[in-house]
Amino acid sequence: MANPDSSTDPSVLPEDDPTRRDVILVGAGAFAVIGGAAVLWPLLDQMNPDASALSMASTSVDVGHIEEGQAITVMWRGKPIFIRHRTKKEVEEADAVKLSDLVDPIARNANLPEDAPATDANRAAPEKLPWLIMIGICTHLGCIPKGQAVGDYKGEYGGWFCPCHGSQYDTAGRIRKGPAPQNMYIPPYKLTSDTKIKIG
Amino acid sequence: MAHPSSYKPSTGIEKWIDARLPIPRLMHDQFMVFPTPRNLNYWWTFGGILTFMLAIQIVTGIVLAMHYVPTADGAFDSVEKIMRDVNWGWLLRYSHAVGASMFFLAAYIHTFRGLYYGSYKAPREILWILGVLILLLMIATAFMGYSLVWGQMSFWAVTVITNLFSSLDAVIPGLGTTLVQWIWGGFSVGGPTLNRLFALHYLLPFVIAGVVILHVWALHMPGNNNPTGVDVKSPKDTIPFHPYYTIKDGFALVMFLILFAFLLFYAPNYLGHPDNYIPANPLQTPPHIVPEWYFLPFYAILRAIPNKLFGVIALISAISILFFVPWLDTSRIRSTTYRPIYKWFFWLFAITCLALGYLGSQAPEGWYLFFGRVFTFYYFAFFLLVMPIVGLIERPKKLPGSITQSVLGSSEGPQAAEAPRPAREPVPEGVA
Repeated sequence: MANPDSSTDPSVLPEDDPTRRDVILVGAGAFAVIGGAAVLWPLLDQMNPDASALSMASTSVDVGHIEEGQAITVMWRGKPIFIRHRTKKEVEEADAVKLSDLVDPIARNANLPEDAPATDANRAAPEKLPWLIMIGICTHLGCIPKGQAVGDYKGEYGGWFCPCHGSQYDTAGRIRKGPAPQNMYIPPYKLTSDTKIKIG
Repeated sequence: MAHPSSYKPSTGIEKWIDARLPIPRLMHDQFMVFPTPRNLNYWWTFGGILTFMLAIQIVTGIVLAMHYVPTADGAFDSVEKIMRDVNWGWLLRYSHAVGASMFFLAAYIHTFRGLYYGSYKAPREILWILGVLILLLMIATAFMGYSLVWGQMSFWAVTVITNLFSSLDAVIPGLGTTLVQWIWGGFSVGGPTLNRLFALHYLLPFVIAGVVILHVWALHMPGNNNPTGVDVKSPKDTIPFHPYYTIKDGFALVMFLILFAFLLFYAPNYLGHPDNYIPANPLQTPPHIVPEWYFLPFYAILRAIPNKLFGVIALISAISILFFVPWLDTSRIRSTTYRPIYKWFFWLFAITCLALGYLGSQAPEGWYLFFGRVFTFYYFAFFLLVMPIVGLIERPKKLPGSITQSVLGSSEGPQAAEAPRPAREPVPEGVA
């Protein structure tokens, strides 16, 4: 090793043209990283909801037969949608709650601006206040709260009660007590006639 | 333990292989003549038991996959078909399900053995970290496997656990929801979710097997710890792995398999939840969601914290804190046998884990919630307060001069009259 071969060992090369060498090295490295990321993306994105899942976008429901005090559950995008025809007393109770008493003061209504306050009017169906249409999934860990069937325990606030970890919702589907951080979500929907709703 | 190879290829074929891929040499040096401390007790047999259980899970799992259908419509029915129609299907499925429980039982005993005898201390930190990694992989694998039955408990366990990631919405709005939909492959837990959990459930056991090889490699560099925690000092302290420990491990394995067989043949559903024999129903949550018994302590910790995000952080920390144990414990004495103060805290910790397991099976309200919080506090205090502080203030009992001395009594030991050391002074390294 008395005479290191200066033509192949980069550590003993004379520093004749460091700039050119650096550009090639950094350029090749950057190209490999970008190429790797481009290949990685399809491998990750394939897990996102596919075209068939996205195509189940809307569902129509006839709510004409639901009497005051009754509720039904329909499926939309694999999720349960609670549709409750609330009694006058339930609407009045929900309307009387001050915003400052709420755990989550935001309406969580996909049909309204993101920062709309969680008043009863902002939660209920427009111009049909007895109707409450929302995604029936507890915002804690995704269980389905009790309160749709006649004999169900509805919690201290008369709305819904999640059996998993004890979250309690009022008659406007707003979280009042327990570990859930947010009000139950209102899906995007339209009233297509006096008795028909199109969700999604 | 790095020791000179004593393998002597005798036949022409052995010499031919030895010059090309010396696997016979590796097996001879590492599993036949490997110098092993002469005083290992039965708590040291669970490594072998765990290797055997991993093999059982992989073999039964592969044959079950030949009959299982990973679709939302077909999964539950295919499991029942395995139970009723497939030849020996009941045996294969019950072996796999009860086997998972036995695997965790052995893994927890193995982990507590390592904790008690200080097997995580220098020079075995990487060995310990690989073990914790195996435990994490086991937890992920078992969770995914349980989901495949697609009964009510399967479905709602997946719903609750995947929703844990939605707590990230509290950090960056929308991040958690995006991540959860990516995991689901939809807007709720469904067929695509089941399909990918099946793919990963098939993959992970082989990843575990790979890490097990690294774990054994990391074990064979320093060699086994032992009940005294004193390093091997002379060849007198060791005996060859075979036949001494192959026989001892084999006997322990048979005892363990008797318990396995009892549960398998007489109480195969004892450790399961009856609700998982109800097909998954996305419109109805079971009144009481509980995980399998081996996750109950962690579930109790999750529920002890009233905030969703911090509950999830506590759950993850409860397992990942184990990675840091080699540096949290400040004592240089390995074996808890010689640590009079730490011993009490250690057994209190063991009771805490059992108590959390019980509380995890109960509804989180009233006294259950109160004690859940008390024990959650001690769970973390054990690692973050007891381990660093007790190691500094404790005066340990006198260590035996050598492994041989601890086995044969003081008259045989080479350094019988050694004075007790203060806690922080390092134990002399082994000379073997």
